[in-house]
Amino acid sequence: MSEEILKIEHLYKRYDDIPVLEDISLTVKKGETVVIVGPSGCGKSTFLRCINGLEDIQDGHVYLEDALINPASGESVQNRQRIGMVFQSYDLFPHKTVLENVILAPMKVQKRKKEDATEEALALLDRVGLSARKDSYPRQLSGGQKQRVAIVRALMMHPEVLLFDEVTAALDPEMVREVLDVILDLARNNSTMLIVTHEMAFARAIADRVLFLDGGHIIEDTDPGQFFDSPGTDRAKKFLQTFEYESVR
Amino acid sequence: MGFEVLFKGTNMLRLLGGLGAAMKISLISIAISISLGIILGMLMSMKKPVINAISRIYLEIVRIMPQMVLLFIVFFGFTKAMGLNLSAETSSIIVFSFWGTAEMSDLVRSCLISIPPIQYESSAALGLSKLQTYVYVIIPQIGRRLIPLSINLITRMIKTTSLVMMIGIVEVLKVGQQIIEANRKSSPNAAFGVFATVFLLYFLVCWPISTFSRYLEKKWAN
Repeated sequence: MSEEILKIEHLYKRYDDIPVLEDISLTVKKGETVVIVGPSGCGKSTFLRCINGLEDIQDGHVYLEDALINPASGESVQNRQRIGMVFQSYDLFPHKTVLENVILAPMKVQKRKKEDATEEALALLDRVGLSARKDSYPRQLSGGQKQRVAIVRALMMHPEVLLFDEVTAALDPEMVREVLDVILDLARNNSTMLIVTHEMAFARAIADRVLFLDGGHIIEDTDPGQFFDSPGTDRAKKFLQTFEYESVR
Repeated sequence: MGFEVLFKGTNMLRLLGGLGAAMKISLISIAISISLGIILGMLMSMKKPVINAISRIYLEIVRIMPQMVLLFIVFFGFTKAMGLNLSAETSSIIVFSFWGTAEMSDLVRSCLISIPPIQYESSAALGLSKLQTYVYVIIPQIGRRLIPLSINLITRMIKTTSLVMMIGIVEVLKVGQQIIEANRKSSPNAAFGVFATVFLLYFLVCWPISTFSRYLEKKWAN
């Protein structure tokens, strides 16, 4: 089992002359859930965007199974639909209903029939508890509902890898749970996922592996138990301490 | 009240003819303004320094200059200075297009940059091509913002064509004045009736347009 699905080799990313990611290498196995944590500005979102070809990279290679999907290789467009991504800000198309949002790409990119796409869409919307909202417009939904629709929209393309870029960071606390539950459900179904998050309890619950990124480097790459209980580096320790508060009494 | 002069002879028809002259200038200018404005607005949204500098000067000139001054410059100034023989109608179309293109391009630019980058990115992440992204995601959103705004511009352009009488075009307001002059003795109160009718004519043209715009705005409210 556990074949490799995503392979990143010596990835370098610079904005002008400022290095953002330096020599990142990572191999992800099928069905693995990798959680990426780190301080703000450490390059974790950029890393996901590089994998999806939304950012050009200065050096290195990104392979999806055997296909080279570097943005510059020209193959990224065909392969992009094999990687699904959900963003921090609500990125639904505001002029389309929930259902139209979800079936647009399957119909236009994969040329699937409308009835067929709709049928699958309704099943997936039902799974995230939103089939009753299929004809609503994004503006009529709460933040958590929008993110669940965004996840369904990504799932409709049957991606082999799913990227989540701080999908709950812009949500009110009581809506975080409903979105994270959907992602937990995906993990149970052995989806391959890379998740950038600041929700440490969630990270611990869902991760097969935790990557700690700081200053453009992977500082730690371990299992969640070890990372959260006894991090190997001082930097990781310091980072985890920022989530704890000392009692003032 | 002075309405009776309108039923004398062909007065009402002449008034409508004047309205037709004004509408002709408006419609041609509007068509030119919208086409050129869309192109210029797209160029402006690309944030190229040279284009930005030129377009800023252009927009500033249009903003500062009263339309009447522009009309005088083109009709009385350019024609003499450059030996061009421009008719009053052509001059008006040039001036109104010059003005309309500036305003339209600014609307297009602001609508284009108001589309958040995430809309392009999430479309790309779904595998949509550039063309598909524009056709299904970006242009429909721009259209929804742009159409009500440009309808507003259109009604302002139609109203402002009343200025062209100042360079000798016999449009609706001018015809009105002529009717009043000709009937000074027989109906001294003609001014009220005639101008009220002119008002009504402009209202009948502009009101449906702006009602339609309000309807679209409501329908597409995001």
